[in-house]
Amino acid sequence: MKFAVLQFPGSCDEVDALTAARRVGDAELVWHRERDLRGADAVIVPGGFSYGDYLRAGAIARFSPAMESVIEFAAAGGLVLGICNGFQVLCEARLLPGALLPNANLRFTCRQVELELVNARTPFTIACAERARLSIPAKHAWGRYYADADTLAALERHDQVVLRYAPGHNFNGSRNDIAGVCNAAGNVFGLMPHPEHAVEQLTGGSADGLCIFSSMALAAEGARA
Amino acid sequence: MPDSATLPTLEDALALGLTRAEYELVCEHQGAAPNQVELAMYSLLWSEHCAYKHSKKLLRTLPTEGDHVVMGPGENAGAVDVGRGLVCAFKVESHNHPSAVEPFQGAATGVGGILRDIFAIGARPIAVLDSLRFGDPHAPGAAGARSRYLLDGAVSGIGHYGNSIGVPTVGGEVYFEAPYEQNCLVNAMALGLARREELVTSAAVGPGNAVVLFGASTGRDGIGGASVLASAELDHDGEDAAEKRPTVQVGDPFEEKKLLECSLELLRSGLLVSLQDLGAAGLTSSASEMASKGGVGIDLDVARVPLREPDMAPWEIMVSESQERMLCVVAPADVAAVLDVCEKWEVSGAAIGAVTDSGRVRVLSDGVTVGDMPVRALVDDCPLYDLHPRRPERGGASLYPPPPATLSAQAPAQQALLALLGSPNLASRRALFEQYDSIVQSRTVRRPGSADASVLELPDGGALAASIDGNGRRIAADPYRGTLAAVLECAANLACVGAEPLGATNNLNFGNPEKEHVAWQLVECVRGLGDGCRALAAPIVGGNVSLYNEGPAGPIYPTPVIGMVGRLPDAARAAGLGFAADGEAIALVGAFIPSLDAGELSKLLGQPLRDGLPELDLDGILATLAAVREAVRAGTLSSAHDLAEGGLAVALAECCIAGATGASVRLDSAGSPAQTLFGELSGCFILSGPQQALAALAERAPVAQIGVVGGSALEVALDDEEQPAIAVSVAELAAVHDQGLAELFA
Repeated sequence: MKFAVLQFPGSCDEVDALTAARRVGDAELVWHRERDLRGADAVIVPGGFSYGDYLRAGAIARFSPAMESVIEFAAAGGLVLGICNGFQVLCEARLLPGALLPNANLRFTCRQVELELVNARTPFTIACAERARLSIPAKHAWGRYYADADTLAALERHDQVVLRYAPGHNFNGSRNDIAGVCNAAGNVFGLMPHPEHAVEQLTGGSADGLCIFSSMALAAEGARA
Repeated sequence: MPDSATLPTLEDALALGLTRAEYELVCEHQGAAPNQVELAMYSLLWSEHCAYKHSKKLLRTLPTEGDHVVMGPGENAGAVDVGRGLVCAFKVESHNHPSAVEPFQGAATGVGGILRDIFAIGARPIAVLDSLRFGDPHAPGAAGARSRYLLDGAVSGIGHYGNSIGVPTVGGEVYFEAPYEQNCLVNAMALGLARREELVTSAAVGPGNAVVLFGASTGRDGIGGASVLASAELDHDGEDAAEKRPTVQVGDPFEEKKLLECSLELLRSGLLVSLQDLGAAGLTSSASEMASKGGVGIDLDVARVPLREPDMAPWEIMVSESQERMLCVVAPADVAAVLDVCEKWEVSGAAIGAVTDSGRVRVLSDGVTVGDMPVRALVDDCPLYDLHPRRPERGGASLYPPPPATLSAQAPAQQALLALLGSPNLASRRALFEQYDSIVQSRTVRRPGSADASVLELPDGGALAASIDGNGRRIAADPYRGTLAAVLECAANLACVGAEPLGATNNLNFGNPEKEHVAWQLVECVRGLGDGCRALAAPIVGGNVSLYNEGPAGPIYPTPVIGMVGRLPDAARAAGLGFAADGEAIALVGAFIPSLDAGELSKLLGQPLRDGLPELDLDGILATLAAVREAVRAGTLSSAHDLAEGGLAVALAECCIAGATGASVRLDSAGSPAQTLFGELSGCFILSGPQQALAALAERAPVAQIGVVGGSALEVALDDEEQPAIAVSVAELAAVHDQGLAELFA
């Protein structure tokens, strides 16, 4: 099982993602100018401020050579995980529906949040306990998930809402308390909280985020077998 | 400045901040009147900010050597050995005047500047802490509104820069006092980690080597910042601030993030001979200091500097304080490889000059010499001034008016406790630190607000601990003992997480040193700082001085901000401050002799500062610190918190709030009830854990078992009184505590 972790100028959490992924498999960084995803079974688009988040969060990264390869990779059914800025990039690339708007409090906020697992049958959550409650840090200024009413209804109907903020934890004002969504095919998943920062108790406040990575490893091994 | 045809005059020199005598000395060194490039460069390098002309003699009295010191003062940052071939680089620096003029950019570029200092010596920045001071946010009218505006702007600026660059902000402190109203303080401390052999100095060596400038292009921002802004009093009526705004630099964290990665990759590739960041006084200071340290000369051609705007004059290019730039010395054969790495990181780079053996800084423009100065005259020959310290006749405390009373002297203890917990100085810092990414890089073992010191895991399972402190009000009452107490407070914070100090850094924030009473504060504080750091074997490895923090209303409180770094062997054993388990015992450890002098309660009561603080039993305190540190390291305690502002009752409330549990406590009076509950002192701790573990401490320090953890309320009774003096639910304590600072950001 091998992960490719994209690295843009301005990425901040790429080493954290790399380290988390290496707990369940091999992982290496792929520079934004490269098109070769090195035969990876899964791609992680990490957090940070790609290209300074100028123009709009994720709007420039979406056009990078590496992202062009990721778009092809996703179209072929490859697993793609976007975390925080990575989620924003995937929305900008139209690999995921909706958009991320400035937090309701209009401030960057860093806080441990409780999440409810809504769909434990995706390749990103099959190793998590059914209806698990995950404690994972979130940290962002643009994390308010928005989609129009029809899109939201479709997301709910097709079980594409994967994670929701638990009651009292939706500090950014996301619609339907959505913390993470997947695409209709189920192979692309984005979330604002940082599972890569919750892979051990000492620095993560919990190891609850690890199940996202082990799910991906499990799914990738299954796809190979 | 005059146009290039005419030579500048004495009047121009005075306008740039030089004195008549200094100008004459410049003429002597040059053998003629300086031209405008030369005058601009002298005026900056001979400014207080760059030359430390009023503080250098004093700074030489500080301890700077010790077993762990790898790099001492004089480099971009200091560094201490943390074991297994790793060193921790760290330094604190101020950006006070720019932040008073434009808080967002002032604070942001303060963070940017201190981070560049860390990676300039080859270390990857791993954490930021900041120390902030503002005026009373509840002052009526425009004064309070302005303090809240400065707070909001500075916090947003720190967050914007630190968050965007991927360096966690893991701790810090903020206090609100009227004397900071016209001169807020924004001090930022950064820590970095490097392998010992990766450290690099800024000394330019090897005549014939190329000098390469890389990073952002050079514009007109920040011209004259060091002399105009940082080395004179701000004449505050608002208009002055608006007028000086163009001298504040504008930061771009994205540019710095690329610069950071580019610099570290260049160093790892072995392509650099030496490296230096561009800070105050831009190219002028960087080039001159690199040449001075290496005992060489440097030629620079300003026509080769990538510019942000056309038609910049040579002197403007030399003094521009455009952010996110680095200067390096490279062997000629490596220049192409260096520029390739710059290209990879989308950072512009240009060879702009060469190292020479002339001992002179020569500025060229398209090959034509436009400035030529001896390095030694620029860097080393600025006259140093003696201070003329004199203790104010009615004592140091008399310099400051009493604060407005916000609490009645008749208020019962419980009301006083709630007032203290909700006051801006003691309220929960959550609303502030939640605006900072405190966890990126996955090293943060104790997040802000959960322990007395910040704790950062090391690869070997040990950890670094860091703390920053400097209580200006107590220091105003007694500059010597107040500063000593601030140093001990840092060490106490480290002890709570099991860390022993390795070294310290300091930022001396003071008023106008040419005034006798400010000179006296400065001298006394430095004496306290030196004695404290010597006692703790925590040498000062670097720091900064910020003077002229003074307006028509007088100087700021003397505020030496101390940052201390320590090490603990086992990251997992770093104690938190919150009570952890119901039924466990609570002990008060250390000699408990509290005093209300210059404390938070006396501030709420509106009492004037009194001169002097009680004497400190340094040996006793050191023994207590060691006992607490060893107990935390042994893993036998459940929580550790030191008594600081607001005294014992506030410390107990903080332990309850952080642990979300109550406590039942009975105290022997140590003076009046107010003194016992709210008096402040050094070297005292609230520890919780199994009874035997606490009792075992008695061999090494005074220990009083004072109560038990549990229940949903904090109850504190005095002596054998039946009715507790304080009985309040933890929910109410937490609600009051949470609001005091949060409401300022509303």
